[in-house]
Amino acid sequence: MQLVLEKRAERSRTIALVSPLIAIGLTVVTMSILFVILGKNPLAALGAYFIAPLSDSYSLQEIAVKATPLVMIAIGLSLCYLANAWNIGAEGQFLIGAVAGSWIAVKTQGTGAGAWVLPAMLLAGAVAGALYALIPAICRVRFGASEILTSLMLVYVADLLLDYLVRGPWRDPAGFNFPTTAEFDPVATVPLLIEGGRLHLGSIIALAVVACAFVLLARTIKGFEIRVVGAAPRAARFGGFNADQLILLTFAISGALAGLAGIIEVAGPVGHLQPGISPGYGFTAIIVAFLGRLNPIGILIAGLFLALTFIGGEQAQITMKIPLDVTKVFQGILLFYVLACDSLILYRFKLIFASRQVHSGVG
Amino acid sequence: MSDMTPADPDGSAMPLLQALGLTKRYGAFVANDTIDLKIWPRQIHALLGENGAGKSTLVKTIYGLIQPSDGELRWQGERIVLSGPSQARGLGIGMVFQHFSLFDNLTVAENVALGLDGKESFKAMSARLAQVARDYGLPLDPKREVWQLSVGERQRIEIVRALMQNPKFLILDEPTAVLTPQEADQLFAVLERLKAEGRAILYISHKLEEVKRLCDTATILRGGKKIATCNPKLETAASLARMMVGAEVKEVKSAGARHVTVPRLVVNDLTLAPDEPHGVRLEHISFELKGGEILGIAGVAGNGQDELFAALSGERRLRDPGTVVIDGIGCGHLSITHRRKLGAAFVPEERLGHGTAPRMKLSENALLTGHAASDMVRHGFVNAPATLRTVDRATEAFDVRKAKRDPEAASLSGGNLQKFIVGREILRTPAVLVVNQPTWGVDAGAAAVIRQALLDLAEAGAAVLVTSQDLDELIEIADRIAVMFHGHLSASLPRAEASREKLGLLMGGSSLDQKEPAHAAGA
Repeated sequence: MQLVLEKRAERSRTIALVSPLIAIGLTVVTMSILFVILGKNPLAALGAYFIAPLSDSYSLQEIAVKATPLVMIAIGLSLCYLANAWNIGAEGQFLIGAVAGSWIAVKTQGTGAGAWVLPAMLLAGAVAGALYALIPAICRVRFGASEILTSLMLVYVADLLLDYLVRGPWRDPAGFNFPTTAEFDPVATVPLLIEGGRLHLGSIIALAVVACAFVLLARTIKGFEIRVVGAAPRAARFGGFNADQLILLTFAISGALAGLAGIIEVAGPVGHLQPGISPGYGFTAIIVAFLGRLNPIGILIAGLFLALTFIGGEQAQITMKIPLDVTKVFQGILLFYVLACDSLILYRFKLIFASRQVHSGVG
Repeated sequence: MSDMTPADPDGSAMPLLQALGLTKRYGAFVANDTIDLKIWPRQIHALLGENGAGKSTLVKTIYGLIQPSDGELRWQGERIVLSGPSQARGLGIGMVFQHFSLFDNLTVAENVALGLDGKESFKAMSARLAQVARDYGLPLDPKREVWQLSVGERQRIEIVRALMQNPKFLILDEPTAVLTPQEADQLFAVLERLKAEGRAILYISHKLEEVKRLCDTATILRGGKKIATCNPKLETAASLARMMVGAEVKEVKSAGARHVTVPRLVVNDLTLAPDEPHGVRLEHISFELKGGEILGIAGVAGNGQDELFAALSGERRLRDPGTVVIDGIGCGHLSITHRRKLGAAFVPEERLGHGTAPRMKLSENALLTGHAASDMVRHGFVNAPATLRTVDRATEAFDVRKAKRDPEAASLSGGNLQKFIVGREILRTPAVLVVNQPTWGVDAGAAAVIRQALLDLAEAGAAVLVTSQDLDELIEIADRIAVMFHGHLSASLPRAEASREKLGLLMGGSSLDQKEPAHAAGA
C-alpha cells in the first residue's frame, strides 16, 4: 500500500476556499497538544485565545486596532507575491515609514503648526516606505540580487536606525532617559473614531485600501498584469507586460502601504516613536497574506483572525501564564499548515493498493 | 470496421502484452474506456488517434506512469500491476517520449546514466552505450554535451537509452515529429531492425502515410474508446483518417492565385545573438512578405525559429528600427504591444504558458493580447463584457469546444485551445500574422480549420508567415517556402519547386546547387 500525491486534472475551487480552514483546524489540534505538554488545560487555553477576546467591546476594538497594520501591510505584500516578487522586508518598511512620519511630528512639536501636519506625516511615511522598498527591488532588477535576502536584511538596518534616533537626536529631554520621543501634539495624532475608545481613523484607511486593492486586481489592466506576470511569466512577456517594471511597482506599493501602516501606528495607538512599536507586524502580515489567499477580502478576514491571536496571546499570558512567545509559535505553525494545505488545491492524496507484487529486476 | 485478430507472426499463442478492458477515469471524464489491446512480438503496432483520443493515457498506463481505474494488464499472459515506470522497465518495456527529458549541460553518457537504474560502472556503461549506438547505426558521441546536439541526435540518445535496457517492447511517442524526412528514413530502418530481432514496437503517430508504410497492425482510438484494430497496409489514408476523426476530414481549399499586394512584413539583415546560453544566433536574415502571401519557414526545431519569432514579435527588441518593417513602419525597436497596434498579430508555438496563461480564463487570455488594440481596456479598466465577446466570437467562428462559456485555458484540449488562440488573433483582422507551428499536436479536424483560416486571412490581404516542422502543411498552404538551419534562412522556393527532397536537404544543412541573389547577399 502506498500513499501518493496525484495531480488533479483541474484546480479544486472548493479546496481553495476550504484549505485555510483546514490549516486553522490542524493548527488548533497541534496547539492543543502543545498546551498539554506545557501542562495547561487545552480547552481553557483555546478559550483564552479565541473566545475571551470576542467577549467585550474593549477587546473587539483592540482586535480592529491590531488588524489595521496587518491588513494594510498584507494587501501590499499580496500584490508583490501575486507578481512573483518576494518582499520579506515589510517590517523594515513599516519602521522607516514610522521614522519618516515622526520626523515631521518631532520637528513641528510645540510650534503650533496647523492641521496639515498629520496628512504630511502620512504622506512622508508612505513615500519613505516606498523608497525603502525600492532598494531591494532595484537591486533585483538591475543586478539580479535576491530580493528575499536584501529586503529581509534591510529590516535590521531600519530597526537600528529607529533605535539610534530615539536614543540620540530625537529623545524626549523630559523623558527620564527612556528611549522615546515626546508625545506627539494633537495635530500629529490620528483621530479616534469613538470618544474614549481605541478604534482610530487608520481602520477606515485600511478598509479603503482593501477596497482599492479589490478593484485594482479584479477590474484594471494593471491588476491583470500583476496576476499574469506571477502566474505565467512567459505569457506575460508575450502579452507585452514588463515583469521588471511590475517588480518595482509592486514593491513600491507594498512599501508605501507598510510605511503608511507604520506612521499610523505611531501617530495613533502608540502616540510617540519608540523601539518595539511593532510586535512583528511586517512578518505576521506574510502569514495574513497567504492565509487570505492573496485575495483582498480574504486578507481582511485573515488579518482580523491573526489580530485575535495577538490579543488572545496577551489574555492567555495574563490569565493562564502561557508565555507570549507561544503566540509566535502559533503563527508559525499556522503559516506552515497554510502552505502545506495549498498543495491540496493542485494535488490529492491517493492510496494505491498493489494487489500483486511483481518482481522487478533489471533487464 | 470489425475487430480482427492479426495472425501471430511468432507462432506463439500468447501476446507479449495484453490490455483487457483498460479504463482510466478522471472524475466524470473517461480518458480510456474499456480498451483491449494485444501487442505481439516481431510486430510494429501503430496507435492512431487525434489529440485527446486517449493515446497518451493508454501508453502511460502501460508504462506504469498512470494507474488504471479498471481493467488489467497482462505481460506474457500473467496479470501485472505496475506501481511505476521502473517496474515496467524491469519487465522489459521501454519508452521514448515525444518531449525529451535530457539535461542540456550534461554529456550524452551522463544523461543516459541518469536514466538507467544502473548497477554498472560509468565506464562500462559508456562503452556499452557506444556499442549499442554503433550496432544500431545510431551514431552518438558519449562525451558530447547535449546542448550541442541537433534534435535528431537528442532523440537518438533517448532511443539508445531505451535500447540499452534491452527491451522486449518499445513504445515511441510521435518520434518523427521533430525529424527531417531523411532522418525519419534512418529511424524507420532502425525500427525494422528491432522488429527483425523479435521485439515488439508500439508506434504512436498521426502521420498516416508513415503508419501505412511501417506498421503491421494499427489500433485506432477515438474519444477514449477503441474504434478498430486493422492492418494499415490494407487501408487507405482516407479510411484511416475517417476512423480517427469519425467523419470525413475537410480538404483545405485554396482559392488558387491570390491577389498579391505590397510588402507588409520586411526583415532586413537581421542578426541577433541569443539571450540564452544554448540559444541560436540569427545570421543575416532577410525576406519580404507581401499582402496576400503565405511564406512558409521549414526546418528542424531548434534552428533559430524561436529566436526569429521573438525578434519579429518584439518579445526581444532590436537596436535598429529598420530591421523589422511592418506596413512600411520600421519597428525593430518597438515593443510587442506597439507592433500589435501597427496591425501585427502573433501565435507562438507553445500554447500553454506562452500563448496563454494556463490557469487563467479564456476571457483573461483574450485580454492578454487584446489589450493592445481593442475596446477591451478603457481608462485602465478592463471591459469584461468585451473580453467575453471575443471568447464567444472565437468559439463560434472556430468551433472551439469547451465545457462552459469561460473555462481555464488549461482545461481545453490542445486542438481547441489552438483554435481559440488562432481565432483570438485572426478576429483582430491583422495586417501581418506571424504563426509558429500552427497545428503542432492538433487533431486533424482542428488542423484543417486552422489552415483554412490562414488561407482565408491571406486572401483577405494579410501577410502570413508560417513556421512549421510539418512539411506537408507548408506544401499545402504556403506560396513560398524557405528553410531555417543554424540561424540562417535559405532563399525561398516557390511551392511548385519545393519538393520534400529539396527541403529535406536544406533542413539537413546542405545547400542546393543554384545560388540565388538573396542567399548570396546573406552569406
